[in-house]
Amino acid sequence: MWTYMKMLEYPVNIKTTNAKLATAIISQLGGQDGEKGASTRYLSQRYAMPDNRVVGVLTDIGTEELGHEEMVSTIITQLTKNLSMKEIEDSGFYQYYVDHTTGIWPQNAAGVPFSTATLQSTGDPIADLHEDLAAEQKARLTYDNILRLCKDEPDVYDAIKFLREREMVHYQRFGESLRLIQDDLNAKNFYAFNPAFDKKATCL
Amino acid sequence: MENMCKEELMKLIQTTNFALIELALYLDTHPECPCGLKAYHDYHHTFLEAVSVYQKRFEPLTIYGVHSDEYWTWGNEPWPWQKGCDC
Repeated sequence: MWTYMKMLEYPVNIKTTNAKLATAIISQLGGQDGEKGASTRYLSQRYAMPDNRVVGVLTDIGTEELGHEEMVSTIITQLTKNLSMKEIEDSGFYQYYVDHTTGIWPQNAAGVPFSTATLQSTGDPIADLHEDLAAEQKARLTYDNILRLCKDEPDVYDAIKFLREREMVHYQRFGESLRLIQDDLNAKNFYAFNPAFDKKATCL
Repeated sequence: MENMCKEELMKLIQTTNFALIELALYLDTHPECPCGLKAYHDYHHTFLEAVSVYQKRFEPLTIYGVHSDEYWTWGNEPWPWQKGCDC
């Protein structure tokens, strides 16, 4: 189970609204490579993971991603606080506004709703950990794209830079996790069987 | 910690909490590292003390930090996203 802590993992204190930027950053909440997908992916994959150290990695990174959902949601909330109708109409935010006002709803920058169809939990630890490594890189590049859009917004830039850095650390830990799983396999048969399912097939 | 202002104490909680998150991820894949374990326990000690002082002096950070017998204080203070932009 989880206990909520009433604070952000890293402070977000945005002083200037920017609805246009909010329409881009929301991709990191509900987009293909966003934080909601990350937490759902890792926390779902735990149940088929045969190595308890790697279950720890999935639990702790999945939990941190929940905190990142809260950070991204906070960025969107503060970027869209007290908007005038003119700002809404001029910024391109009006398409989001018509359905959600300034509430938080997970979607990507193009308006496509969050979907678990963008992620996998295969029941195969080797496949899942490769998916996780790719997911961290995809999230990292999305943050890189966002950083190019918010160079003139130091409060936003600072928080996004923190989130980008976490993708790098998670990538490192998932790489080590993959090594832990592979070290337990017959070196000739890394991909010959699913260690979470084919329990008796220790060699071919 | 008794003399720190609310903002300073929250910063100490956030920084030590971040150190603990980072060290926990490291220790998940390096469970026998003595330096990592020592750093974890050092930061954990500071974190627990800072949270305890903060909750006694200011506001609960988890539901287990509500101390009042007269009022459920969980919702008294702003939530983490209720800052920025004209606050």
